[in-house]
Amino acid sequence: MIKVYVPRDSSALGLGAGQVANAICQEASRRNLSIELVRNGSRGLYWLEPLVEVETPRGRVAYGPVSTADVASLFDADFLNDQPHALALGLTEEIPYLKNQDRLTFARVGITDPVLLADYLNYDGYRGLKNALTLEPSQIVDQVTDSGLRGRGGAAFPTGIKWRTVLNAPSAQKYIVCNADEGDSGTFSDRMIMEGDPFVLIEGMTIAGIAVGATQGYIYLRCEYPHAQIALEAAIMEAYKGNFLGENIQGSGKTFHLEVRMGAGAYVCGEETSLLESLEGKRGLVRYKPPLPAIKGLFGQPTIINNVISLASVPIILDKGGEFYRDFGMGRSRGTLPLQLAGNLKYCGLVEKAFGCTLREILYEYGGGSISGRPIKAVQVGGPLGAYLPESQFDTPLDYEAFAANWTVLGHGGIVAFDDTVDMSKMARYGMEFCAIESCGKCTPCRIGSTRGVEVIDKIRAGEQSMANVTLLRDLSETMLAGSLCALGGMTPYPVLSALNHFPEDFGLPKTDVKV
Amino acid sequence: MTDHQWDIGRVQAIIENLKDKPGALLPILHGIQDDLGYVPPDSVPMIARALNLTRADVHGVITFYHYFRETPPGKHTVYLCRAEACQAMGSENLEEHVKKTLGIDYHENTSDGRFSLEPIYCLGNCACSPSIMIDKEVFGRVTSKRFDEIIESTKVNS
Repeated sequence: MIKVYVPRDSSALGLGAGQVANAICQEASRRNLSIELVRNGSRGLYWLEPLVEVETPRGRVAYGPVSTADVASLFDADFLNDQPHALALGLTEEIPYLKNQDRLTFARVGITDPVLLADYLNYDGYRGLKNALTLEPSQIVDQVTDSGLRGRGGAAFPTGIKWRTVLNAPSAQKYIVCNADEGDSGTFSDRMIMEGDPFVLIEGMTIAGIAVGATQGYIYLRCEYPHAQIALEAAIMEAYKGNFLGENIQGSGKTFHLEVRMGAGAYVCGEETSLLESLEGKRGLVRYKPPLPAIKGLFGQPTIINNVISLASVPIILDKGGEFYRDFGMGRSRGTLPLQLAGNLKYCGLVEKAFGCTLREILYEYGGGSISGRPIKAVQVGGPLGAYLPESQFDTPLDYEAFAANWTVLGHGGIVAFDDTVDMSKMARYGMEFCAIESCGKCTPCRIGSTRGVEVIDKIRAGEQSMANVTLLRDLSETMLAGSLCALGGMTPYPVLSALNHFPEDFGLPKTDVKV
Repeated sequence: MTDHQWDIGRVQAIIENLKDKPGALLPILHGIQDDLGYVPPDSVPMIARALNLTRADVHGVITFYHYFRETPPGKHTVYLCRAEACQAMGSENLEEHVKKTLGIDYHENTSDGRFSLEPIYCLGNCACSPSIMIDKEVFGRVTSKRFDEIIESTKVNS
């Protein structure tokens, strides 16, 4: 039977993939053709979604973007037998955007049926766990340390060190918590993994549990991701059935339980201590550190809390070894980063690359420049708390340290492009406004500073005592940077001041009068 | 809207079913809101009692999270993304159109009770901006025209 693939990824669904899948089934049955429809994850080539693939003797071939109106003509052209059609894209794996990537963490996304355990196993799934079960806990942590993996949620803290701390913390109960509160605008790699290959996250968390002696895991998922919830819960159920979760996993005597918990629309709950408060059933108020969550985390117990991509990168590290992973990348940024191209770009999507290529390559060679055809004026990297980069900084290599040296943030790898119609003073105002809306309210610089920030920017934009108010805004930003309890208040000045420094003319200020 | 139209027995069953989970409060609030569309203020003492919390604790949690609501929503909730990637693709024009078409602002219900409008900060659909979600369905590359079509078909299907 011929296999036809139509993604179940929520972005593909948002462009009509569900209707296309139905139309293909109906058309096939009308023509008495038997097909096997697989609802895969997305390949991450979103300008081509809904991307329909057909399995052929020469490999999987792609058609896209397919609308319901195209379905009859695809059958007329005999697309099931690899015949030409206006929407034909050839072999999926040969599409340059996809071919020129380093897909390690995303190796299976778009290829497998995300909730079918047999498919996961066929494509090298659970090989990392199998290896982990032959190792001592300390050796598992060594592999992660050797890989050079750093927290992909944005803070880039070495994952192995975090794990070592939890391993060495004596306790009868420890926890593994996955931070799946992917609230940063312009980011969707966590969502794609959870919808497109949930087993890899489950496997990564299981390995973490075995490494540090934790028997319970929670995935704290934002409620804005209903499709990820469906995929995760289905995969968790399959994993329990297959004895990859629960008691005595694969006869090893090890236990690991896993549950999805839903957030409730608070951006600040992506901050790890706020997330733990929320998991405990409280308001998501940020905690003071120390104690670190690794020592006193969920319910006061030692807890590994890692981002989705960090945990989903663990299986390949345990499968192929820390050295294999470390051989990708540059400097102290080892391995790959799944970049998310968003906003005003021609080819938006997921690009997993080894660290080290420049932002310009990503924007133009992958992104294809702006979709509006106008010059790209500014790019926000690293979410709403990341700086705006002007064209003069586009040659920065994608590397944590190189970005930090520019007073910019690589973060979770979200890249949002704006063309020259954007008013950067408006974006700066939005930065403060967002902070005011999402502040947990515990510390004053964030709670009050953000509201005062909106007011001051409004005055600057209105031309009221501009220079005096710019001084005030810089002073306020200093206070927020130095005095906030977490990154929300502490990094809101990044988008605000980068907009002001690089685009003073948008604030009605002469370019020369503002120091960068 | 009066607050006595919901079924106390059903809410009690949700609470009973979830109250022994570690950190049970959010799962309970989700359970109630999934069932009723909101968390009725009158259910707060029931939740507080079951979890040995004060009513203030429970109220504090409900009001901390943007997603939980204490008043009944419209039949469908339209979530409009206000975040940067969507702004880069003209979501402000869409926002204006949506408010005008529905005749309401954020956090309001249409007078016929069909729709509520809520802002949302990222749906993870940033490669296909601007984005909206209606109930639990995401829509990408939403122009004003496409919004009107989506709303019409939502009305027809409900």
